[in-house]
Amino acid sequence: MIPELGQFALVLALGLALIQASLPLIGAAQGRDEWIALARPMAAGQFVFVAAAFLILTHAFTIDDFSVRYVAMHSNTALPFAYKVAAVWGGHEGSLLLWMLILAGWTLAVAAASRSLPEAYAARVIGVLGIVSVGILSFMLLTSNPFDRLLPAAVDGNDLNPLLQDPAFAIHPPMLYLGYVGFSVPFAFAVAALLTGSLDKRWARWTRPWTLGAWLFQTLGIALGSWWAYYELGWGGWWFWDPVENASFMPWLAGTALIHSLAVTDRRGIFKSWTILLAILAFSLSLLGTFIVRSGLLTSVHAFASDPERGLFILMLLMLITGGALVLYAMRAGRMEAEGGFKLVSREAFLLLNNILLVVATGLVLVGTLYPMVLDAAGYGTVSVGPPYFNTTFSIPMLPLVLLLGLGMHASWLGMRGETLVRKLVPAAIIAVLGGIVLTVVVSRGLDNVLTPIGIIAGLWVVIASFWDPIMRLVRRESRTVPLSRAQWGMIVAHAGVGLFVLGVTVTSAFTIESDQAMAPGDSASIAGFDFEFRGVREVEGPNYDAYEAEVAVRRNGSPVTLLAPQKRVYRVQRNPMTEAAIDPALRRDLFVALGEPLGGNAWSVRIQYRPMLRFVWLGALLMALGGLLAATDRRYRAEQRQAAEVTPGRLVGNTETA
Amino acid sequence: MMWRYAIPIVMFVGLGALFLNGLDRDTRTIVSPFLGKPAPEFALPQLEDPEATLSNATFGGRTSLLNIWATWCPGCRDEHPFLNELSESSGVPIYGLNWKDDRAVALTWLDTLGNPYTASGYDPVGDVGIDWGAYAAPETFLIGRNGTVLYKHIAPLTPAVWETEFVPRITEDCGSYPCK
Repeated sequence: MIPELGQFALVLALGLALIQASLPLIGAAQGRDEWIALARPMAAGQFVFVAAAFLILTHAFTIDDFSVRYVAMHSNTALPFAYKVAAVWGGHEGSLLLWMLILAGWTLAVAAASRSLPEAYAARVIGVLGIVSVGILSFMLLTSNPFDRLLPAAVDGNDLNPLLQDPAFAIHPPMLYLGYVGFSVPFAFAVAALLTGSLDKRWARWTRPWTLGAWLFQTLGIALGSWWAYYELGWGGWWFWDPVENASFMPWLAGTALIHSLAVTDRRGIFKSWTILLAILAFSLSLLGTFIVRSGLLTSVHAFASDPERGLFILMLLMLITGGALVLYAMRAGRMEAEGGFKLVSREAFLLLNNILLVVATGLVLVGTLYPMVLDAAGYGTVSVGPPYFNTTFSIPMLPLVLLLGLGMHASWLGMRGETLVRKLVPAAIIAVLGGIVLTVVVSRGLDNVLTPIGIIAGLWVVIASFWDPIMRLVRRESRTVPLSRAQWGMIVAHAGVGLFVLGVTVTSAFTIESDQAMAPGDSASIAGFDFEFRGVREVEGPNYDAYEAEVAVRRNGSPVTLLAPQKRVYRVQRNPMTEAAIDPALRRDLFVALGEPLGGNAWSVRIQYRPMLRFVWLGALLMALGGLLAATDRRYRAEQRQAAEVTPGRLVGNTETA
Repeated sequence: MMWRYAIPIVMFVGLGALFLNGLDRDTRTIVSPFLGKPAPEFALPQLEDPEATLSNATFGGRTSLLNIWATWCPGCRDEHPFLNELSESSGVPIYGLNWKDDRAVALTWLDTLGNPYTASGYDPVGDVGIDWGAYAAPETFLIGRNGTVLYKHIAPLTPAVWETEFVPRITEDCGSYPCK
């Protein structure tokens, strides 16, 4: 009975979403206050019912209700409690429900925080979010209902995919979805602006904190996913360019471009139509990405053809949302005349370059991801363009991007003399080059690739250039100047994160040492100055798996460093083996040991890796997210809200059509 | 309304149409420009022995296969057991083109999964792959006794493809199957 209530809650939510997606939009167009006023209550009601459905599904998991097909497919009585909760989003239907819950949550947040916006505009934003809700809710109810019954009920469940039984995975999808779905907010702001027709630059100001919020969650989500892949997949890599990763990376790249282009529109009132287009692009790629990641529709593309109902629905949804927005764009974007141009050496010009390079990068990833998928969808078999394609092509736009970043941060709005800019940063550049050379010599054992020192110098350059202003202030003891704003600190921290990331990627990909060994108890292997002694394998038992656990003692120059215990697990229900690598992490280097196959006798194949500065990759991502947080919570956005509230006491019904 | 603002929607519809069309069409009709023509000239150091060379001369006037593979390619892992089987049963020597890969990793792969190749060329930069028109791995070329490309298959080799596309051509070129 309870699962039926969940389904009923979804139906009610769809009903409210239909109202939210229609009446406020019509009301805003025709100036009907009572219809405009429907937007917020509908959004709140929709959130309540979606949350109820989500709780009911969670409840079904916690009580092992295997009469619900989705629960039977993705859980098991022996599954630890925390994973029963996380299993809610362990499959297609539940992921969609989580997606929907987060969309309803963002909508609610917009409804609550948009009091300072003109009422008609806020109603349009909420209305556009309602259209997205209608699409997702009907997709769920028509093709992917998580509450479908399984009669007779299963005796026990099929268990959660062992790969997903992991703490990082439990929080990875919610983070990622907060990002994916968060891009629906700038999308809705953009479409609402197109509907309004008049677009002043306040639009960009309102959109910025939301975009930063979505982007920072997306950053964390991707970083978590990469960290998870590193220790769970047992290959010891941290990024594989597979379609699932690319799916989350493309909206991130477009979102990064959007953040920067919003800054220009906000400050200078130019690039308006381009910013709107990026907002549409970022959310469209998010939609595409969601379906690639969790739907199983494109992961194994065969399902696309074999389940035409779902495939067709998704295509229609994309057509409707993206296509609709782009048609509107074609009709209205021309009205957004720029309020001026920009100079060659100016913040605007650098941000334009940033945008071009990021969009090119997005395009390269898109081509590399879709080409094999299209072939596969055509029943052609699985081909890979593989990491070589991505590594080569991706660095082409990325290298100039990071080199220009240091300059762009210090360029003034409206323009400045190029000479002034260069003179300011020459000392920083010299420090970066010298430091880069020293670091290259320290970390490398024989240089084989000219790109390595370039990458190291580029990373250092970005870090130093990011902190150049605060450093100079300290050095010159400029206490009289205005303190740096939180948004400026956000920019500094996020960009320093980019620098650390570049450093980490360069060093770890150039100087990783890996070795696959056949080891019997007592055998030792020496890698990068560390001695790994294999002490043997014993059997251990987990709650829902059996495992072989090896003991590997690590020493350096005779003194013990750590004791590593990699496992090879077999989960009892699904019977597939899983590698649990053992890792000794440190800022300077990671030591990674994974247990492979038994080779007969007492010998096992063992994979050992030494990865210098790998932690910088995730540390960089964390700093980027932190920078996003600082910037999103800057006073000026709150001041803007207070100000607007003071200027427009009571309610302001914005002008409706045209400008 | 200025026309340039319509560019995005036009591109979007174009992409959509391409994708839909791609779903229906049988792309197996894509042919290599080399079909029926002499195989591209190449010479590469061998994977196992950098001193030795793999070139057109290595085929030595026999019906041969050239398989483009790499360790980063999941499809190559899929087809590997079948290649091992073919190296035993088909009588056709299989040459590998190890593409955009790392020598040490590639050698480990062959040690672990078995080595179906009579010899493999080592092409870390991917130049020779380009000469052969490789888009993606794996790809398999059938080369006739006179050195012409008889057939090209993109994606993992399967027993079905082998039976329908390769066996008849090998029988014709070599005179029998398994080839002697």
